[in-house]
Amino acid sequence: MIEHLPVILITVPILSALLILLLGWHDRRFCYPITLATILFQFVGGIALLIEVMRQGTIHYHIGGWAPPLGIEFVIDTFNGYILPIILFLAVAAAVYARRSVENEIEPEKIVSFYVLFQLLVTGLVGMTITGDIFNLYVFLEISSIAAYTLIASTRRPRACVAALNYLILGSIAGGFVLLGIGNLYVATGTLNMADIARLLPASYGLATVHTAFLLLVIGFSIKVALFPLHLWLPDAYTEAPSAVTVLISTVMAKVSVYAMFRVVFSVFTTAYFVETVPVTELILLIAAVAIVAGAVLAIAQDDLKRMLAYSSVSQIGYIVFALGVANQVALEGGLLHILGHAVMKGCLFMVAGVIIYRLGTSRFSDLKGVAATMPVTCATFALAGASMIGVPPTIGFASKYYLVMGALEAGYWVYAAVLLAGSLLAVGYIWRFIEVAYFSASSHHEDGGDHCPAPAVREAPLSMLVPMVVLGFLCLLLGIFVEPIMEIVSPAVSLLLGGA
Amino acid sequence: MEAVFEVFLSHYNYWMAIILIMIGFYALIAKGNLVKKLIGLNIFQTAIFLFYISLAEVEGGIAPIYLPEGMEAVYVNPIPHVLILTAIVVGVSVTAVGLALIVRIYEEYGVIDEAGLLKVVKRR
Repeated sequence: MIEHLPVILITVPILSALLILLLGWHDRRFCYPITLATILFQFVGGIALLIEVMRQGTIHYHIGGWAPPLGIEFVIDTFNGYILPIILFLAVAAAVYARRSVENEIEPEKIVSFYVLFQLLVTGLVGMTITGDIFNLYVFLEISSIAAYTLIASTRRPRACVAALNYLILGSIAGGFVLLGIGNLYVATGTLNMADIARLLPASYGLATVHTAFLLLVIGFSIKVALFPLHLWLPDAYTEAPSAVTVLISTVMAKVSVYAMFRVVFSVFTTAYFVETVPVTELILLIAAVAIVAGAVLAIAQDDLKRMLAYSSVSQIGYIVFALGVANQVALEGGLLHILGHAVMKGCLFMVAGVIIYRLGTSRFSDLKGVAATMPVTCATFALAGASMIGVPPTIGFASKYYLVMGALEAGYWVYAAVLLAGSLLAVGYIWRFIEVAYFSASSHHEDGGDHCPAPAVREAPLSMLVPMVVLGFLCLLLGIFVEPIMEIVSPAVSLLLGGA
Repeated sequence: MEAVFEVFLSHYNYWMAIILIMIGFYALIAKGNLVKKLIGLNIFQTAIFLFYISLAEVEGGIAPIYLPEGMEAVYVNPIPHVLILTAIVVGVSVTAVGLALIVRIYEEYGVIDEAGLLKVVKRR
């Protein structure tokens, strides 16, 4: 059983998606428990795989018993063994959060298809994480993308359709680029297995085909992770999507895209190619630095909480890609830690935004004045996760940024280290805006009385939305305090990426 | 000049794919009509499919079907064909989702071109 776990993590959820569709026809209430149970099962499986990897080393699973390079294999090493439980934990949190939020935001007859797509999105992302075959990566990428386009458009608001169409067009261009890049790699090496490509590629490092493949893949994944100049789909998509979907795509999907980028750059092309043969690290660093600053500045300029958090994502993605540009042990440890940290804190912050929309129906700053008086737990959680976003010790955000700055200094990038710190300062700017509006502005509800709904209608959200939010909020703190055990997983993962150990 | 022409001729399948990709891109970027954008996306994807299929070509090759004992044949590479079969399914699904979204946008706003949409969305 345990040796078949990698493939079970993909097949069981696909079957369960069909089951949801089947039973949902009969009675809508079946959908939610099945989704939650399946994602919980995947989470437990992800933990089991991580323990197995830490104990016995990399797991290779050959689908159908066909040995690679002809067959497709799933590979779980310390890197994706580390990513897998993170994304599945956040998927569980998003699923718990989804129930009440979905009842509020999505028309009842669409709930069945919502959960089917939710399940398929998570499954596609898990597939992207564990696959060892580069074409398989593309297939799972498209499965998750198509599910995401549809989920974004599933609210009542018609603007969501426009956002989803924008994302669909840009996402498909990204998919096309990735596909072309894979084609070029296939021409250069004649294989699609990642380990096999990495083994055969050094012979053709000088070929234009390989350079083209590298560019196409990096640009394709840059659109997917919304790296700064290619982020245009992100703010609309995050703002217009239903709250639960925003939580899922801003944490799980964004992190898996980053994972895929790291995997392709480090495990397929390896540092020998992109640091020594074609030195692009300087360029990546520059783009990441611009992303950090521009994302944060744009975030400050927004007048809507959810949209502000979306731009903050653009900035934080810059931090993670920055680690890729520095490409030394310490900075990459920071980058991988930031994948965890940003997933937890941004998940928490978007949950806060969702809770506020659930109760107030809006997330515009002008309508949120004095909201802390009526929703104290929600706003306190925001402050906690916000502190982590800024990087206040001892939160996880501090730990990851500390490693990033140390890595940049070790590599001699003094100016870029300053940019990282400036990004944190700008984060104070946008986090503080909500704090100020929520805590230090007089509530508009009490003063003009007339056309606004009276205060008693506004209270804390239902427990099933509050609990995952508060748990994630405290995790920001706890993970930051107990960062040592995590580093024991992260360090070997980074050594693996850099090709040592 | 001769050498350039030589490169063009010996790689003409790639050039065709590039030209088609650029046509698709042009439609994606320059056309205001959402359906035309989607058509551009389809041209873009199909160009990639053709690129893959042309990779598989072997001169005088036949479809890779197992022949009875004693018969010899040169096969074309079947792997790109199989890959593109998957990619075509992806392309069809993306087109379907995209068209469904355009239908909903048209139902809601009554416009189907980008400029009109911007105006209507801003007004609401």
